[in-house]
Amino acid sequence: MTLATRKIWGYRRENGRIGVRNHVAILPLDDISNAACEAVAAHIQGTIALPHAYGRLQFGDDLELHFRTMIGTGANPNVAACVVIGIEGGWTEKVVAGIAKAGKPVAGFFIEGHGDIATVAAASRKAKEFVHWASEKVREECLLSDLWVAAKCGESDTTTGLASCPTVGSMYDKLVPLGLYGCFGETSELTGAEHLAAARASSPEIKAKFMKTWQAYQDDVIEAHKTSDLSDSQPTKGNIAGGLTTIEEKALGNLEKIGKKIKYIDVLGPAEAPARGNGLYFMDTSSAAAECCTLQAAAGYVIHVFPTGQGNVIGNPIMPVIKLTGNPLTVRLMSEHIDVDVSGIVRREMTIDQAGDLLIEMIAKTANGRLTAAEALGHREFVMTKLYRSA
Amino acid sequence: MAKPHLLVHDRKDNVGVVVVEDLGPGTAMLVVVTEDDSDFRMTSAAAVPIGHKIALCDLKVGDTVIKYGEDIGKVVAPIAKGEHVHTHNLKTKRW
Repeated sequence: MTLATRKIWGYRRENGRIGVRNHVAILPLDDISNAACEAVAAHIQGTIALPHAYGRLQFGDDLELHFRTMIGTGANPNVAACVVIGIEGGWTEKVVAGIAKAGKPVAGFFIEGHGDIATVAAASRKAKEFVHWASEKVREECLLSDLWVAAKCGESDTTTGLASCPTVGSMYDKLVPLGLYGCFGETSELTGAEHLAAARASSPEIKAKFMKTWQAYQDDVIEAHKTSDLSDSQPTKGNIAGGLTTIEEKALGNLEKIGKKIKYIDVLGPAEAPARGNGLYFMDTSSAAAECCTLQAAAGYVIHVFPTGQGNVIGNPIMPVIKLTGNPLTVRLMSEHIDVDVSGIVRREMTIDQAGDLLIEMIAKTANGRLTAAEALGHREFVMTKLYRSA
Repeated sequence: MAKPHLLVHDRKDNVGVVVVEDLGPGTAMLVVVTEDDSDFRMTSAAAVPIGHKIALCDLKVGDTVIKYGEDIGKVVAPIAKGEHVHTHNLKTKRW
């Protein structure tokens, strides 16, 4: 079987998208509804609560990003059905209506005027209905190349640029031309390689959009807030321990993730869903792992591939995060976190091309239901990106 | 192919990355350039941890360090061939 016809077993959702997990999500609109959501998830087996820190008194672009992240998370094809709980009805209903556009079962509850206990009782009854409905769903054969697979690297070191990032690049070079949706982000971490990243845009228009996004980050965030040359933050302490010295060096390794051949076809805002068809996308994200993964999942990506050097342990509650490393020391010391060992590359026992094939096999297995290391270890980092202080 | 001690991305680079644990000074390293799989021998001048960089030639203050064939920063303290290259002698040109 060729890669173009390679099948996986996924959940075909109402809007045609393919999911690889079948979650019933209990989504808090805001921080103060976390307790009710966690109570529902503790009561009704087969559900997952997604607690987070925000959702109150946000406004403007920051509020829009909050809604986009909430709605995108609930609408993600890995979520079969969703219960939303908020403190009040207005914003709760806005998120429910947004998720409902994906065609899946969704219901909202609000706490004001009812209290936690009555809200948890009503939401639990609905969540139980959703669990029965979702657990009757059966996986169907789907094309591997119809998946949406995002990437981000973390706790990077010099082996990331030698082995694990080029492995992701090999996977994208093979699968994106067949129809895969890809996504890379990390605006700050492309500093030093921004000229190379800009050159990989599919058109002058997209290149200009990329440079505008990158420059805005430099002007609005770095120049506005920096107190030093950022050598203590970028690279991170972990990066430096692993041998990376400068942001330029880190950025060049990071960019290996997008392969040698493909070009990105659009620049997305944080948590913005791709709208130009299949292909590779750049998303304006933080380089912090949990924030970036949360935004990519909210944009609709169903699997994540995460190259690490020193051993980042990140996971996501709704999107399986596949970790790979090319560092033999990390394989030895932190094996429970690694799904794909590509350290053979630095020993010259494995080519990048072979490593790319290994990663594709792990994507297929994960799509079919294999739990990732992060899933087995219970990593459910769900972190909203905040643009500025609340009112 | 024998197991390399040091990997270099690009023929233009003036640093390579240690890919073995416990590399000591005076090691006759097998150096492989991944761009074209060419190799050569070079002697290490220091104990350098896995993942850290070694200079492929003498570098003086103000020189540009090249890796991936690209500029990764400037030399801020003299570095002899075979020595450790890191935050004590290499700094970003950015920010």
